[in-house]
Amino acid sequence: MALPPAFRFLLRHLPQSTSPGSVSSIFPKLSIPVHRKLSILFSSSPKPTSSPPQVTPKATKENKLVFNKDERLGSGAVSCDESVVNSSTIAAIVTSLCGPPAAVGIVRLSGPSAVSIVGRVFLPASRKKRRRPDWRPVSHVVEYGEVLDSHGNVIDEVLVVPMLGPKSYTREDVVELQCHGSEICLRRVLRACLDAGARIAEPGEFTLRAFLNGRLDLSQAENVGKLISAKSVAAADSALAGIQGGFSSLVKLLRAQCIELLTEIEARLDFDDEMPPLELNLVIDKIHGMLQEVENALGTANYDKLLQSGLQIAIVGRPNVGKSSLLNAWSKSERAIVTDIAGTTRDIVEANISVGGIPVTLLDTAGIRDTDDIVEKIGVERSEVVATSADVIVMTVSATEGWTLEDEKLLERIQSNKSGSSSSPVVLVINKIDCAPSSAYDWVNTLSSSFNKHVFTCAVSGQGIPDLEAAIIELVGLNRISTGGRKWTVNQRQCEQLVRTREAFIRLKGSISEEIPLDFWTIDLREAALALGQISGEDISEEVLSNIFGKFCIGK
Amino acid sequence: MTTTLSLHLTRIVSQFPVPSSLFCPLSSAKQRPQLLKCRLGLRFHVHRCFFASPYATPRRCFSISASNSQGWDKDSDTSNERYDVIVVGGGHAGCEAALSSARIGAKTLLLTLNIDRIAWQPCNPAVGGPAKSQLVHEVDALGGEIGKVADRCYLQKRILNISRGPAVRALRAQTDKREYASEMKKIVESTPNLSIREAMVTDILVGKNDNVEGVHTFFGMNFYAPSVVLTTGTFMSGKIWVGKTSMPAGRAGESASHGLTENLQQLGFETDRLKTGTPARVDCRTVDFSGLEPQHGDEEVNWFSFDPDYHIEREQMCCYLTRTTKSTHQLIKDNLHETPTYGGWVEAKGPRYCPSIEDKIVRFQDKESHQIFLEPEGRSVPELYVQGFSTGLPERLQLPLLRTLPGLENCSMLRPAYAVEYDYLPAHQCFRSLMTKKIEGLFFSGQINGTTGYEEAAAQGIISGINAARHSDGKSLIVLERESSYIGTLIDDLVTKDLREPYRMLTSRSEHRLLLRSDNADSRLTPLGREIGLIDDRRWKIYLDKQARISEEKQRLKKTRISGGDLAAEITEVSGQPVRDSSTLESLLKKPHIQYKVFDKHGFGNDLLSRLDKECVEVDIKYEGFIVRQQNQLQQMVNQQHKRLPEDLDYYAMTTLSHEAREKLSKVRPQTIGQASRVGGVSPADVTALLIILESNRRRANEERRHQMLTSIVADANQEVSEGLLKETTIS
Repeated sequence: MALPPAFRFLLRHLPQSTSPGSVSSIFPKLSIPVHRKLSILFSSSPKPTSSPPQVTPKATKENKLVFNKDERLGSGAVSCDESVVNSSTIAAIVTSLCGPPAAVGIVRLSGPSAVSIVGRVFLPASRKKRRRPDWRPVSHVVEYGEVLDSHGNVIDEVLVVPMLGPKSYTREDVVELQCHGSEICLRRVLRACLDAGARIAEPGEFTLRAFLNGRLDLSQAENVGKLISAKSVAAADSALAGIQGGFSSLVKLLRAQCIELLTEIEARLDFDDEMPPLELNLVIDKIHGMLQEVENALGTANYDKLLQSGLQIAIVGRPNVGKSSLLNAWSKSERAIVTDIAGTTRDIVEANISVGGIPVTLLDTAGIRDTDDIVEKIGVERSEVVATSADVIVMTVSATEGWTLEDEKLLERIQSNKSGSSSSPVVLVINKIDCAPSSAYDWVNTLSSSFNKHVFTCAVSGQGIPDLEAAIIELVGLNRISTGGRKWTVNQRQCEQLVRTREAFIRLKGSISEEIPLDFWTIDLREAALALGQISGEDISEEVLSNIFGKFCIGK
Repeated sequence: MTTTLSLHLTRIVSQFPVPSSLFCPLSSAKQRPQLLKCRLGLRFHVHRCFFASPYATPRRCFSISASNSQGWDKDSDTSNERYDVIVVGGGHAGCEAALSSARIGAKTLLLTLNIDRIAWQPCNPAVGGPAKSQLVHEVDALGGEIGKVADRCYLQKRILNISRGPAVRALRAQTDKREYASEMKKIVESTPNLSIREAMVTDILVGKNDNVEGVHTFFGMNFYAPSVVLTTGTFMSGKIWVGKTSMPAGRAGESASHGLTENLQQLGFETDRLKTGTPARVDCRTVDFSGLEPQHGDEEVNWFSFDPDYHIEREQMCCYLTRTTKSTHQLIKDNLHETPTYGGWVEAKGPRYCPSIEDKIVRFQDKESHQIFLEPEGRSVPELYVQGFSTGLPERLQLPLLRTLPGLENCSMLRPAYAVEYDYLPAHQCFRSLMTKKIEGLFFSGQINGTTGYEEAAAQGIISGINAARHSDGKSLIVLERESSYIGTLIDDLVTKDLREPYRMLTSRSEHRLLLRSDNADSRLTPLGREIGLIDDRRWKIYLDKQARISEEKQRLKKTRISGGDLAAEITEVSGQPVRDSSTLESLLKKPHIQYKVFDKHGFGNDLLSRLDKECVEVDIKYEGFIVRQQNQLQQMVNQQHKRLPEDLDYYAMTTLSHEAREKLSKVRPQTIGQASRVGGVSPADVTALLIILESNRRRANEERRHQMLTSIVADANQEVSEGLLKETTIS
């Protein structure tokens, strides 16, 4: 059986967990009192002693005999009684462990026995005196208390947030333990939970469960990953819009429209007498509208790439035209050393800023000139390399000196370098406008064919920086996307299916214009519906599961 | 009294072929006189290109009558009542089942309540129509009879949906009711291996292993066979209604069958009730046709059968079109409380796709008028079928209602409209071979499975007949995949969906209908029919010749090029597209609105091909792109959906499935992922969860196997090492 890689990745973890996890996976089927007794038996050793678990499947089978009377079918094949993957209860530390310790960290449990497991490790402060065996939390009500290890020692003070299914992230019973934020505390609390019968969650497993239990559809689940790794406000907004279903609902709407049209057409194939005739223009309008929506959605694909990977902007130019000043002014920092000496910047200086919500890395480079200085020579070489790989090149010239021969040469070098690869846009920045008379810029117009944009700046005062940002936003096409209140974006996988949808619509329009019989329209409509169904995961496909869950960090 | 000795080989069920077999002899003393029976049971899995049935439980049965029979045994002649296959019911399902079974070579018995009513058309005497015609073509391609009889007995033939594409184009024939029945009866009577007998079956005889052994009749007879096909139609506990009055009957004037439902319930089958109806018949001599729109048959007659021997044209009769009027609607609205559905005294569900006139008027309030067709029922009878006018109104209101229709103002009614309620068995209790899951060797077909229509019945009939015969012969059962045919789609729907209303075939039920056209039904199914043994040498040769002609012609069109000339000029004009120099005929045929006919007109046609051959060529070339695309869609789907589900999955243990899905899947027990996804109440999320569970099971199994292998290798290695050590020590 050929499986796409990520599905494989996802599954690689599942059976592994079954050997130690089989303990917990059998438990949910037992009644609670038995469960508690057995759990004590098993909590210490990973391998269950043979007799009790074997009893359980038999017992469950007996209940099912009503439906399984067909004995002829009943032998041979793989049994499914044990270790159904998600009947176990999973636990993980869901807050970040990197960096300095936070004040609070969270251990989350999800699964059918999340409550009973927490009940075993958690001692509510309110019930300290009269110890009741069962912990029966009220959903979404915070409780304060202590976590005990298997020997009854207090290991942390916690706040417990029980979220009983289906009103939880995974639609299962979820309990979150808010512990103190140090890694030691968190690990000890997690250990206690694992000892009490939970198993450690695989990367992305909480979200996997949310998906499997229908809490999230596929594109929403993908956006959870995006949101977690968002590097800028715009990226986070876009991911959140995705989770909340902006894109999902568009896809669902489009798919529903396709199916509605299919129904309309197919109903006429079978019951022509009963139905009013199909209004051709209406159908064509509808298809056109859907095509437009798909095109718009595809437009966000680029934006998504920008949000995820950001932009690299290289500032190049002759020495001493104010490149470093520009970087400092733009990043509102003193990142680069600025002097009057030509060739001050030798190595690449980076500064991170955000333009229009997109993370941007500014690269200040050594002024490009012929030089004998070995260090500077290397710097110049690096500048050229950076310039060829950047997404946008900002070529800086000095307003006082105007367009010089060296500038001309430099431009040629940039253009010859980039002709091989894709053509990144080049913006001409005329810097130091405070030092030159405003009338003397006629030469700029003669150069307009060589540059995508030109901007006048004064790096010292910061004048012109907003113009520069606006020019860049326009060049990478951001202005076209973010208008209209659409915040979500599509990723690569979604993009492929959208392209498939678009092609189907285009063919459909062709069929209509060629007056090909009605029934043929359904083929491309179905194709579109199939592709859209793949985006939301509504149509079954192993592909649909691919490439997603392994990416999520533990927790979400 | 002789004793029977049975040897049983335990059946070996396994996902993987198991080289060794378990042998477990078992003897049982059954009161079966003069019979030494030796049974060898073997189970294996057959996978073929588009049909496969792992549920086939082929059993090679050797029935050896002991030669030393004792003369003093009074029941000695019962051995005559031993058959390979018994078919219960002589309707459209029963006839196909009995014929296919007998033709394959099984000794077959057809039991019917009334021999004079074999292949009766109790409702509209018509065959075909959208989607149904595909079923008829497919049955014919497999070697069935319905298409040939319809071709022989037609009163009128028309192609419907002609402008909507080749996949939905449908042939419909109005047939002569009496002639149809008598033709089919003659065929059934004259088929070798096939006996007919009037009887009312009340009990299914079941053996020790939940296998069918025969049937028991009302008058006390036992008939024995290892395969029994039930095609009870509307007769099981049938009850007919006219208005509020009802009587037990399978059809007007024919008694219902009683006792079988209870017997099936005792065997553990779930039964339910359905309802269907038929409109009034009027005397055509009292109808004024002068103001009505005539509906003539096609001038170029088309055929259901692929066998040219049955393409015999005959004179056609005319149908007429009338419409409901304001007074029709008023009369119905005033008397709704008198109808069973709206009066509320019949609960069984009727077919939504064949609604009564009161349903139509209630449901389509804004429609001022509905089409009503007047169709002759035969050449020798004055009866006229009033299509689209079935009603549950009491008889006293029926004639006034008919007389509101233009042309029928003075008509006289010959038979009143009535509804019939009957027992059926929700077909999720059957495999796709139509064998029941509970009783081995018991097959259901036709209305007992909840369908409506002669074509649907015939389609199931031929499959159950084939499988009943193969089962009795110990061969693997045949399953038509959903994507292979309308028959496959029909059966797949029946066994996976929990249907609670009569099921009618519709073109929209098939997701890949462009591949399931009537013109390619033979190339899809005749090779299978040949393999099964229903296509004789003559018919096979006809088939092969036709395929050769078509493929040669396609080659010719690919190679022949034209430049300019009359043909190019006409094509430019008709298609509105320019014709480039040295264009192939193939490329010309692909242009919009161009048909093969235009080649004939300009002398570029091929006289060796029949009109039907040319249509095939035209469809194949003209719609190639669409066909390829649909094939890709199909392939994509098949890869995912044909993944088999283990037979004994415990859905209740799968906590990731929704409760509804667990319940439905446990009940239906689908055979593939695709089927599971079509079960009502199973969401895509459930299917995803199921996929993950299956895959993790598979991986765990692999893991275990690898683990075992590793341990054995380690053990071997240890042994070797120790042996090596031993050697060393001896050397040193």
